[in-house]
Amino acid sequence: MATETVVHDEVEAQEIWEGGNRPFKASYGKLMMWYFLLSDAFTFAGFLIAYGALRFSSPTWPVPDFVFSTAPFGLHNWFPGGKAPLIFVTFMSFLLIVSSVTMVRAVQEGKRYNKRGVIWWMFLTIIGGFGFLGCQAWEWSNLIGVEGVTISKNPFSVQTESGTYLKLDEIAAFPGLTKHEDHGVTYFEDVDGNKYFEKVDHHGHKYGGESFDKGDSYLVTYHHGAYQYGAYKDAGGNLKTEKFGPKAFGALFFCITGFHGFHVFSGVVFLLIILINVATGLYHERKNEYEMVEKIGLYWHFVDLVWVFVFLVFYLL
Amino acid sequence: MAAVKYTEEEELLILEEGHDPHFHDHHHGDDKYRMSFISHYIFSMDHKMIAKQFLVTGMFWGIMGGLMSLVFRLQLGFPEESLAWLKPVLGKWITISETGVGSLDPEFYYALVTIHGTVIVFFVLTAGLSGTFSNLLIPLQCGARDMASPFLNMLSYWFFFLAGVVMFASLFLSTGPFSGGWTAYPPLSALPQAMSGSGAGMTLWAVSIILFVVSVLLGGVNYITTVLNMRTKGMSMFRLPLTIWAFFITAIIGLLSFPVLFSGVLLLIFDRAIGTSFYLSDIYIGGQALDYVGGSPILYQHLFWFLGHPEVYIIILPAMGIVSEVLSVNSRKPIFGYKAMVYSIAAIAFLSFIVWAHHMFMSGVNPFISNFFVLFTLIIAVPSAVKVFNWISTLYKGNIRFTNAMLFAIGFVSMFISGGLTGIFLGNSAIDIQLHDTYFVVAHFHIVMGVAAFFGMFSGVYHWYPKMFGRFMNPVLGKIHFWVTMIGAYAIFWPMHYTGMAGVPRRYYRFDSFEAFSYFGEINQFITIAAVVVFAAQVLFIINFFYSIWNGKKQTTVNPWGATTLEWTTPIEPGHGNWPGAIPVVHRWAYDYGKDGRDFIPQTEPLGENESESH
Repeated sequence: MATETVVHDEVEAQEIWEGGNRPFKASYGKLMMWYFLLSDAFTFAGFLIAYGALRFSSPTWPVPDFVFSTAPFGLHNWFPGGKAPLIFVTFMSFLLIVSSVTMVRAVQEGKRYNKRGVIWWMFLTIIGGFGFLGCQAWEWSNLIGVEGVTISKNPFSVQTESGTYLKLDEIAAFPGLTKHEDHGVTYFEDVDGNKYFEKVDHHGHKYGGESFDKGDSYLVTYHHGAYQYGAYKDAGGNLKTEKFGPKAFGALFFCITGFHGFHVFSGVVFLLIILINVATGLYHERKNEYEMVEKIGLYWHFVDLVWVFVFLVFYLL
Repeated sequence: MAAVKYTEEEELLILEEGHDPHFHDHHHGDDKYRMSFISHYIFSMDHKMIAKQFLVTGMFWGIMGGLMSLVFRLQLGFPEESLAWLKPVLGKWITISETGVGSLDPEFYYALVTIHGTVIVFFVLTAGLSGTFSNLLIPLQCGARDMASPFLNMLSYWFFFLAGVVMFASLFLSTGPFSGGWTAYPPLSALPQAMSGSGAGMTLWAVSIILFVVSVLLGGVNYITTVLNMRTKGMSMFRLPLTIWAFFITAIIGLLSFPVLFSGVLLLIFDRAIGTSFYLSDIYIGGQALDYVGGSPILYQHLFWFLGHPEVYIIILPAMGIVSEVLSVNSRKPIFGYKAMVYSIAAIAFLSFIVWAHHMFMSGVNPFISNFFVLFTLIIAVPSAVKVFNWISTLYKGNIRFTNAMLFAIGFVSMFISGGLTGIFLGNSAIDIQLHDTYFVVAHFHIVMGVAAFFGMFSGVYHWYPKMFGRFMNPVLGKIHFWVTMIGAYAIFWPMHYTGMAGVPRRYYRFDSFEAFSYFGEINQFITIAAVVVFAAQVLFIINFFYSIWNGKKQTTVNPWGATTLEWTTPIEPGHGNWPGAIPVVHRWAYDYGKDGRDFIPQTEPLGENESESH
């Protein structure tokens, strides 16, 4: 008897590809969604490979723990040292992943033809999507507006040598400098036009006298809405200024997380449209287990999966 | 929407295929099926009409690309002659000197070369070839009523159309169309101030390419899904005609490579428009240092060629599929080595993804990395040779009918061998030091993927013309078209190998002013004259094509070529849905020619009692 079942299964397995059949037991719409996602994966792969190529051709790269250490409403101040490395982004990733879980539930309720269930879980998914987008909006506005990272400027950098920040009078002690004043800020300029400022951060904290080591992260000196060249002296006692971080960081960050955010946004829009169609009972009548909900679900999980990779390269590595 | 009562069968169809009115069989009274002029000829969702739209649009761009090549060939062949007579067409791009001699603007010369390459590669040989025949043949030969999603299929065409409109508009810009080469390498493409074509011309070029990628992806998901899900009963994968295998795998390659071009071009647009530095670093214009730091122009080349190399197989595989089918039908013999053909298509597709950097041997990539790409490039010769061997073996002792389609199919094999052999030279990174960017490269790729793919396309047009229009093209005009094109194409490209070996570089405006290259003046004249003659033969083809739509010899039998495949079981002019009754069931593979003493056995005929299925 056992051999008979084996033979039967083999025949069935062969027949799957014999035509007049759906080999993957999926409708054409679902297959098309899979192939679209496959191609989209290659689009993101193109971006992430560009990221890798530019990052590893750059001598330094900002340290994510240092760059992403703030949270809205000053919540980061509750953490030791006033820094909350990756806490906020962890929260927003969690939100997105939870929205995938609610999406799974929506699909499951669809298979059970439970319209109210589908509506409820899709609603939660949409909330999750909006929440993620809101978090991203805060993160972007904080990076651009407060910390000053843009697609062509990156004030986050890494020290390439050890040194000590200088106070104003210590800078003045170096020969060949002329003193200038602009909007009440004092700075010095050498004969080549290089400028030397006392290092100050956004909160007015002055770094004069503090020393740092090679490999330390820093945010370039900031005076009255503009980034300036903070002065330090290296181990040999020479006068130096801070450098900006690699430009590519900001450009890659905004383009790639932006492209992903655009995917989340379109996903939310599609979810809303499909939610309305669910509510009107359109899919219920089709008697195909709410397949449209399953298709948008595939897309939603894909967008989640891509975020895992984006998260990996921008925040963890 | 009026409530429609579905039969049990239709209910089942809806369950299986989703809710789509196009899959209902017998609904003749329904308003949806009374197509207006607009829904029949313009926004058509019938795959056969969409195929014709792709073909005619492709032909338009073929003429445009061909005319452009004539203008720059005239410049290269006769640099001293006056081009003043082109002034009415080209306007300000022809400058007339005090003595009345008209000369072509050098920047416009570059624009012509660039747009010639772009439109022939993307619009003619991708959309016009794979777009036309995938659309026409996948549903017909798989036994489906239409594509999986006729709507997305329609969108695919209209995105292609839009891409064409944008590209066409760029020809009329006062600053000229993009002129930095069809590969659009930065910095020429990334800096609007680099040359006049890099301004608005490049912007439109990039927009056009993005629209084109959307078109390819919409088409691709449809082709793949249709082949997998919509084959008729009995049509197993190994009973598919090789055309379908070729279109299927072409669509997969396109689906995986075009998105990477999309990423690459998007980053390029960012560099141009919003000041990022993905591809730019340390650039001086007019002694002034630009603000761009940290980018890499090589990165663009990698992203571009990750599409660019698979792209040449996107162009050639459909031609290979068409040729396999036409050779078999017109030799009255089964295709030799059917499964070997399938596996070699798959092998070529796989290898096409790991050879891209052979376009970049001289770009400054690590020479040790080059070894890897040389190896895989040369390995592609193996499946290619398998295919050539099988085509020739199919012809061997065949009962050959020299129809126009057959002539072009044989011409394809000839071109593919000639062009393929020079590929083995160019695949070596050491020889590439001498040969890169010379006319040897130009000759190689024009023969192997330009002329050869055109031959596949012509072969397909002549062969399936009756299926498209219910009439035949004029065979005498067709024979003239073939022989002039065949001899003329070799006359154009064969001499280029010699000039290329002597180091004559491509993309130069004129050679007579160089001591080393002026020696080839007469060869260049010869090439130009041959190009004019070959173009004239294409005009003959166009006339034949459009004249025959209305006045060609009428098709009287459903299966004029005596072919086994399903498209010849439809009525002479199939309506939307292809088969008026039920879809035929398939019982055998597509190549039962000369079996058991019979000329051919259609795929729909059940196996005889003592007959075993051949493979």
